[in-house]
Amino acid sequence: MNVVYILWLREVKKYFRSRAQMIGSLGSPIMYLGILGFGLGPIFQKAGEGSYLQFMAPGVMGMTILFTSIFSGVALLWDRQFGFLKETLVAPVPRLTIMIGRTLGGATVATMQGLLIFVITLIAGFRPVSWVVVPVAFLLMALIALVFAALGTIIGSSLKDMQGFSLIMNFLAMPIFFLSGALYPLRNLPTPLAVLTRIDPLTYGVDGLRTVLTGSSRFGLPLDVVALIGVAALLLAIGAWRFSKIEA
Amino acid sequence: MTDAQPAIRVAHLVKQFGDVKAVDDISFEVQRGEIFAFLGPNGAGKTTTIRMLTTLLQPTSGTLEMDGLDPVTNRDAVRRRIGVVFQDPSLDQDLTAWENMEIHGVLYGVPRKERRERTDLLLGLFELADRRNAPVKTFSGGMRRRLEIARGLLHTPHVLFLDEPTLGLDPQSRNQMWAHVQTLNAQDGVTVFLTTHYMDEADRVAKRIAIIDHGHIVAIGSSSELKERTKTESLEGAFLALTGTAIREETVGAADRMRQVGRMWGGRTR
Repeated sequence: MNVVYILWLREVKKYFRSRAQMIGSLGSPIMYLGILGFGLGPIFQKAGEGSYLQFMAPGVMGMTILFTSIFSGVALLWDRQFGFLKETLVAPVPRLTIMIGRTLGGATVATMQGLLIFVITLIAGFRPVSWVVVPVAFLLMALIALVFAALGTIIGSSLKDMQGFSLIMNFLAMPIFFLSGALYPLRNLPTPLAVLTRIDPLTYGVDGLRTVLTGSSRFGLPLDVVALIGVAALLLAIGAWRFSKIEA
Repeated sequence: MTDAQPAIRVAHLVKQFGDVKAVDDISFEVQRGEIFAFLGPNGAGKTTTIRMLTTLLQPTSGTLEMDGLDPVTNRDAVRRRIGVVFQDPSLDQDLTAWENMEIHGVLYGVPRKERRERTDLLLGLFELADRRNAPVKTFSGGMRRRLEIARGLLHTPHVLFLDEPTLGLDPQSRNQMWAHVQTLNAQDGVTVFLTTHYMDEADRVAKRIAIIDHGHIVAIGSSSELKERTKTESLEGAFLALTGTAIREETVGAADRMRQVGRMWGGRTR
């Protein structure tokens, strides 16, 4: 338990210490909100869909959590390069404990980043339908963070070096984001695209956030939550297995 | 566990990577409280032996005992009894010296009070007390090494493994580091197992030296015994007489390359 805590604390401390990284990672969400949000707003309105900012704000929160979580998993590669990973792997503690501490730490950091974006969307003019439901949204954010922190652990444990990283970003993280319905409504899509959006876990995360924060839902909150919990459990199991295979 | 029992006992140890025997039938014992050095060129099998002793690699055949325990079957118990300083750095550079110590202490299950006391003691001993709250990335190479050794000693190990600990350090830092290790060995009686390819270090620091080359132990003894046996004046002369070659920074022959490839591809054993 202590071990999980100290490794979790390490991730959180490192997050608060790297201001540049914290601020840098807010760059793209702010651009999506500010430029895409206001740029596409009029056309969205004309199509009779209402406010685009209201629509995309939960999507941008989901996006931030997605990227931050995956990055935190990939930080495993940095720890490998700088040797700290070895220090934890040769300690007399089960690998699973180490993996849980790291993954929870990454998920916590991603959740905090999501909260930060939530505040920024408020500044941009986003308004949740009710303030009472905001804590529920935070829980959903934590769940999304857990899903993708586990995915990050799988990636970090499977890649040997940073070479494969751009591959992961371009062929995994970006598609997950674009297919999630963060930026467009998931209605009347061509069948192949509709199928892809349905197998994207972030779809359920964004839909959950949108349901809670704006009241407009595609799948309903119960399905969203069940899907997220299911995927989180599956990815955590795979992550634990991959992590146990890392060579010290 | 008695004082008579050796800290490390190795018999007919073999590690094979594919067709290459990185370690080929070596046997030796390290006594409690001893400083014992493995001296040999790169690729001689020093690190492979350390990896087996420290539970990171399983032997192909032969027996190993640390404090009477088998590292293969009692992995965690052995890990708690040893401190390891790897050839490559393994500190978290974004964290402070104190935080690195704290994480290590928790990983090794050192109770809070003892953890804090030992951390203070060791940081003081290794002259890092005034930099305890500075991030490791601001440390010099010598300071980082000292911190790694201090960290390796935090959980009061019986045996401290130092794999090429002075690689890349300037002579002054090397001297300082060895002075600290010798002090600690004298005070706490911690057994030290080190590998090096620097003659002068083995000569000065170690009580006994095992000369290892191509996976074999060529000779074991104190520096003076080795000189006497070969009727030479210096350890360097003894090394030359025993192995037929002078030690060099890099001796990359075909066999070494094979060993390296073996380590890369066959290293996954668990």
